[in-house]
Amino acid sequence: MDFELTEDQRLLNDSVSRLLADRYAFDARRGYIKSAQGWSQEMWEKYAELGLLGLPFPEEYGGFGGGAVDIMMVMEAFGRSLVVEPFLATVVLGGSAIKYAGNEAQKGEILPQIVDGSLKLGWAHGEQQARYDLTDVLTTATKDGSGWVLEGAKSVVLHGDCADMLVVSARTGGDRMDKEGLTLFLVPANTPGVARRGYAMRDGTRAAEISLSTVKLGPEAVLGTVGDAYGIIERVTQAGIAAFAAETVGACEAAHTMTLDYLRTRVQFGRPIGTNQVLQHKAADMLIEVEQARSMAMLAAMMVDEEDAAERTRNISMAKVGVGQSGRFVTQNSVQLHGGIGMTEEYAVGHYFRRVMVFEHSWGDSAYHLGLLADQVG
Amino acid sequence: MDLRFTEEEVAFRKEVRDFIRQNLPARTRERLRLGYSPTKQDIVDWQRILNKKGWATYKWPKAYGGTDWSPTQRMIFQEENQINHAPEVNGFNITMIGPVIIQFGTPEQKAHILPRAANLEDWWCQGFSEPGSGSDLASLKTAAKRVGDDYIVNGQKIWTSTAHHADWCFALVRTDPNARKPQEGISFLLIDMKTPGITVRPIISIDNSHHLNEVFFDDVKVPVANRVYEENKGWDVAKFLLGNERTGIARLGKSMERINYAQELARDVRQNGKPLIEDAGFRQRVAKLQVQAKALELTQLRVVAKAAGNSDGKPDPFSSVLKIKGTELLQDTAELVMDIAGPLAMPDWAKELDLLNRESGDNEPLIGPEWAGYAAPPYLMLRAASIYGGTNEIQKNILNKAILRL
Repeated sequence: MDFELTEDQRLLNDSVSRLLADRYAFDARRGYIKSAQGWSQEMWEKYAELGLLGLPFPEEYGGFGGGAVDIMMVMEAFGRSLVVEPFLATVVLGGSAIKYAGNEAQKGEILPQIVDGSLKLGWAHGEQQARYDLTDVLTTATKDGSGWVLEGAKSVVLHGDCADMLVVSARTGGDRMDKEGLTLFLVPANTPGVARRGYAMRDGTRAAEISLSTVKLGPEAVLGTVGDAYGIIERVTQAGIAAFAAETVGACEAAHTMTLDYLRTRVQFGRPIGTNQVLQHKAADMLIEVEQARSMAMLAAMMVDEEDAAERTRNISMAKVGVGQSGRFVTQNSVQLHGGIGMTEEYAVGHYFRRVMVFEHSWGDSAYHLGLLADQVG
Repeated sequence: MDLRFTEEEVAFRKEVRDFIRQNLPARTRERLRLGYSPTKQDIVDWQRILNKKGWATYKWPKAYGGTDWSPTQRMIFQEENQINHAPEVNGFNITMIGPVIIQFGTPEQKAHILPRAANLEDWWCQGFSEPGSGSDLASLKTAAKRVGDDYIVNGQKIWTSTAHHADWCFALVRTDPNARKPQEGISFLLIDMKTPGITVRPIISIDNSHHLNEVFFDDVKVPVANRVYEENKGWDVAKFLLGNERTGIARLGKSMERINYAQELARDVRQNGKPLIEDAGFRQRVAKLQVQAKALELTQLRVVAKAAGNSDGKPDPFSSVLKIKGTELLQDTAELVMDIAGPLAMPDWAKELDLLNRESGDNEPLIGPEWAGYAAPPYLMLRAASIYGGTNEIQKNILNKAILRL
């Protein structure tokens, strides 16, 4: 076992933390959210300059050749600062789909554009009726000469409103809940028939509902093997869970730190409220949960590249439950220990709380993954 | 011992339920069913319907236009309103200022204030908390200086719910800065919100809505006639107000209604290819909440029965149990509804889903199921339930002081 970071990872961590300390104060973030697109193009370019957008991609495509641990570090830092740029959508979700399923031509064309910040991706898999079931896909792709026609709708596509290219899952065969018969397509967002309705999420990040009506694509739009995308969908989702879990740990850590500061400085009945033992114990419980969550986020990161699918799936589910439950506990109590101020839009604690809430309700909540694990008991 | 309701109580429950079902405006019912907060108009309309029937002031003595309902009947009435998606009557008017005026008011104050409070001609708000005075309320600093027949009020209140709707504010102010104990220099004033020098600033809360405010007082002139009870004895009034009718604090009917609603929703939502309602984990979670609700229902009835037997008017410290368990249950049931909606609860569709705006001619299609768009805000807003009205930590201190004595 080795929990140490490499020298390169430490340097990367320092430079990300420094950039965010300089440019991502809570007020600056508020400005980014209020802008027309809801995030900062300037920060996006800074991430490209630092090499963050190429972190998980091989060097031959201009990437950094890093792995899940590098992503974990960056996401933790992003969680602490509540970063709202489309990193998860583009680099982790869309990027993983290209990395796992793309052919040479697709990788050669797309990955360098992700790395230099010129192309943003959207992972258009979820649908309104599907909730957490990865196989519940009603969007269809039918053969049209040598190409395809897509028909359907995708829901809560993270940063789907600003994506230049969407990775869309569709049924080319099989029934509603079948693992077989799913295919991924690369769909430029400006393709005729693609309509998007963007909105803010509860945590201030952006997402979109996307409708696909008679979207005509050429044969080159297929990503991976026709009818055999389920394994890729699962891996992309798991990479998303691992990265978002790390972000959640960063958010929890920051919320806990803010809470400790408040307990030290808020005076009632003539003394800091942190002198009350009941609040000290609560803060200690929160510390325990932050560290338990961190352990589980590490587990998720280590599992992203595990080739044994059953092993990977089981451990990612464990991490999702662990981080989800710890995250709820830490952020709910951060609000509680702050009292009224924790309930306000103008204070950061409520934003951490909502970021973690969105994590919990992405790709299966704790109850959902606990159910998957429970099925394997005995 | 008999844990069943009497025949009369069962008949009373039916009478209340029938009245609500026949008289509650359909739009209000639908908004509350979806989890949306009632609008000001929803509350005004419903309270006036109840007032006409003589039920808005059900907690007041009969001599003041109230009812002679038993504590159990009051509880049933409140529960039926909550279960049947009716707004609760304006608590500032009915539970707070009304009983205070009845107990401490002058004949003039009673004649003017009570009927207007009952019919919601005046909307009241509560000016208690200040930035430096939350749990430690008695440390409040807003100052009222006596000048002739007026007080001149300067200072700031915070977390003032619905101050932006309010016509009047009842406020605690410091009239004697040199009092021996902080509680001894406080007076209870009635302040017309239209008085020059008052500024209301909204506080947007984490559900992205406007319930809360800061209220600033800058040389605000308040006639001495608008003081309730004696000068520097306002703390006695505040204690009476905070302790009055604590049984309603659990809002148990609301939690029961959410548990029912959750089951309805879970039939239409899927998990692992089956309706969520068939999922073993989900069913256990609902069953646990039902057990909690049942225990709280009986505990509440016990507190109510005790209150009926003693009339010293002192608040029962055991009502802190109702506050703690009631707010936890409210939070857990709102969380349940949000968890059912899952990813569809995460977008902030507030603007698109705003029923009021849609009524005014917005024809844009909905972007998601309406019920899911409302699933997160109650969860977010109810995080405050364990903070307001005395934090749950403070409630436990009360239990320790009054019962445990550790």
